[in-house]
Amino acid sequence: MNMRHGRYLFILTFLLPPVGIYAIYMLSPYVQAIYISMTDWSGLTAAQTFIGFDNYVEMWNDDQLHKALWNNLILVLVVPVLTLLLGLFFASMLNVGGRSRGGAVTGVRGSSIYKVVYFFPQVLSVAIIGIVFKYVFAPENAGGILNRVLGAVGLDGLQRLWLAEPDYLIWIIVLVMTWSFVGFYVVLFSAAMQAIPRDIYEAALLDGSSRLTTFRKVTVPLVWDTVQVGWVYMAIQAMDGFATVHIMLGINGGVQGAGDVLGVAMYREAFAEADFGYAAAIGVLMLVLTMVAAILFMRGLRRERVELA
Amino acid sequence: MSSSIERTPAAAGTDRRAFLQRLAITGVALGPGGAFLASCATGGGDDADDEASEAPSGDVSDDNPLGIPTDQPIEVYIFDGGFGDEYATELHQPIFNEKWPDIQIDHHAAVDIGAELQARFVAGDPPDFINNSGDGQMDPGQLVSDGLLADLTPLFDAPSWDDPNVTVRDTLLPGTVESGTRDGKPYVLNYAFTVFGLWFNQTLMDENGWPVPTTWQEMMDVCADIAATGIAPWVYQGVTAPRYMNWPLLSMATKLAGPEILVAIDNLEPGAWGHEAVMESAAAIRSLAENGYFLPGVEGMEFRDAQGLWARGQAVFCPSGSWLENEEADAIAENPTFQLAMMPDPLLSPDSVMPLETVRATAGEPYVVPADAKNPLGGMEYMRAMLSMEGARGFTERVTSLTSVAGSSEGVQIEAPGLASAQAALQAAGDNVVNWFYPSWYGTMENPGIDQATGALLRAELTVDQWVEQCEAVATEIREDDSIVKQNREG
Repeated sequence: MNMRHGRYLFILTFLLPPVGIYAIYMLSPYVQAIYISMTDWSGLTAAQTFIGFDNYVEMWNDDQLHKALWNNLILVLVVPVLTLLLGLFFASMLNVGGRSRGGAVTGVRGSSIYKVVYFFPQVLSVAIIGIVFKYVFAPENAGGILNRVLGAVGLDGLQRLWLAEPDYLIWIIVLVMTWSFVGFYVVLFSAAMQAIPRDIYEAALLDGSSRLTTFRKVTVPLVWDTVQVGWVYMAIQAMDGFATVHIMLGINGGVQGAGDVLGVAMYREAFAEADFGYAAAIGVLMLVLTMVAAILFMRGLRRERVELA
Repeated sequence: MSSSIERTPAAAGTDRRAFLQRLAITGVALGPGGAFLASCATGGGDDADDEASEAPSGDVSDDNPLGIPTDQPIEVYIFDGGFGDEYATELHQPIFNEKWPDIQIDHHAAVDIGAELQARFVAGDPPDFINNSGDGQMDPGQLVSDGLLADLTPLFDAPSWDDPNVTVRDTLLPGTVESGTRDGKPYVLNYAFTVFGLWFNQTLMDENGWPVPTTWQEMMDVCADIAATGIAPWVYQGVTAPRYMNWPLLSMATKLAGPEILVAIDNLEPGAWGHEAVMESAAAIRSLAENGYFLPGVEGMEFRDAQGLWARGQAVFCPSGSWLENEEADAIAENPTFQLAMMPDPLLSPDSVMPLETVRATAGEPYVVPADAKNPLGGMEYMRAMLSMEGARGFTERVTSLTSVAGSSEGVQIEAPGLASAQAALQAAGDNVVNWFYPSWYGTMENPGIDQATGALLRAELTVDQWVEQCEAVATEIREDDSIVKQNREG
């Protein structure tokens, strides 16, 4: 009995600080945000007036917010798929894609260099990536790299005013986000693939399987755990997308607000429109959607675990 | 990692006891944890009410017309942006301290004013004097409607720093006090004076013998000549701020039909944007796009890139305010022969009601005193010092901007060509100075509202009728939004 009491006290004492910090800095803001979303706080006064669900009703009728939601949906569906496919492809090329030299399974030539170079985008801060890509997509006479390259290659017809076309904006964001995250997944999947015993590959090779078949039937099932985790992580990143959109398209989400996302809408409502209550309501929406997306993906991507040994 | 752990079922009695113990522990843990939640963002309301104390004051005298406490420090926050903050530390604060040597000025400069001061407003502890400007500007309309700013009437009614027989109000250019007034009371001091117009590359115009256009027909002729040489006649602030083109649009419409149309627009009257003068002006602006007179690719450019190309001789005309010269100082310095000058917007037709010299000019660069400041009267006295002739003249000399103090730029050697021509234009305009207020009253109406509509007009994606429709829709949205406090002007 004494041992039991002593043990609980011991656990309690050591749990209290981290749980306390978690409660103050993680849980408490969420609870406060839910409360603030039911007020009309401007963010400047000391007191708030309770207004119930008015902010949520306003959200329901807000066309610009629907645009932002739609853009987030595109990001959540497209970016993880694109990033993971490319990540898997590059990782398998770098680890098991080389022509077999004397039966050994290796990556393509120069894979050690590629591994380092692919990771560079992750090292750059998102602010730098945003500004650099702004200049990639700028008009030719303002330093636009893409248009200049197209012109140099003779593809003048494909030149556009990229950031001035409302329809292109979200796809430009998809491209930039994919570019910045592929490297991370190349490294992640490379590590996962290293854990696969080489004899499985050699057995597959002996059985005459092509590179594509090996990829589909051997590599992917064995790294699926990592793919699932990566997918959920990318989906959460895509629900956010604030930094990239804010830097490349501005606080209004670009021309006619066509590139708006929920994160930018929340920032704009809080700081440009001095309406913290509405911004908090958008924040609560983001919380709910991100959790739903995470749970859905985790459930939907579950596979039977394959024992390796 | 994957195998499941066999759990031996515990005896029923021990199970229940363990459960209850865990419940008790959780309760104990949450209790003090809950106390931590007292430090909330949302918990500040009660404190503010308790401390409704009197602002400190001293004796009112001839020397101390505002009655400031002579021993209390003043906390000053300056926006560190286009004007920097040296005008405060090296000019205004010495002027102030010459009169009040015992008062300490606690000077701060910040790039993001909102980020630094928002939390202080919420905590009820703002500084005494704020230069509320820049990207992080706190919405002035919201500050006023939340009752967070002090009424500056005592300042404007007080005698001026240099001449006790003249009130501060009377030393200012007309329109200055009004530009900072909401709900009939002045809350914001707008210190700098900006002249708006078309800024052009004087060097190119002289070299090629192009005349400065006074009517729109002359403008189109000049543009054709310019375009023939391969230079772009016009540029605007790209995808970032097409709203800059609204300024010549509304100016030209005002010269055609008179300043009443601006009153209608500011008062959000239905159909204000559909006035024939506005439509004629919009058609004129659109014809620039139709004839390809804009710099190629400008619709996709960042505004600094567009202005930079103008400063480097790729385009001739650029709409802006008198800050342009300072903003593009680096690009201008690259070419020592580059001379910029300002022209008033051309007349749309000979039956224009107002003369060519009419300009839009307004006081800008806002300074406020928070209502909950520890020493608001001290903040107002600091403003009084800034509004002295020495302070205003020094400001003009240092940051190449006019101030709203009348006569402050007389006798100042203005070397900068742009500012010199702006000052000349302002003098030539005389009483014909117009202004419109809706962008400062309803920030989102201008940006993104009208901004996006004009952007589409400039890309020739909208006809003039469609542009009018969109502007009307934006005005209607603001008019019908009850959460926005409406302002009104008589004329």
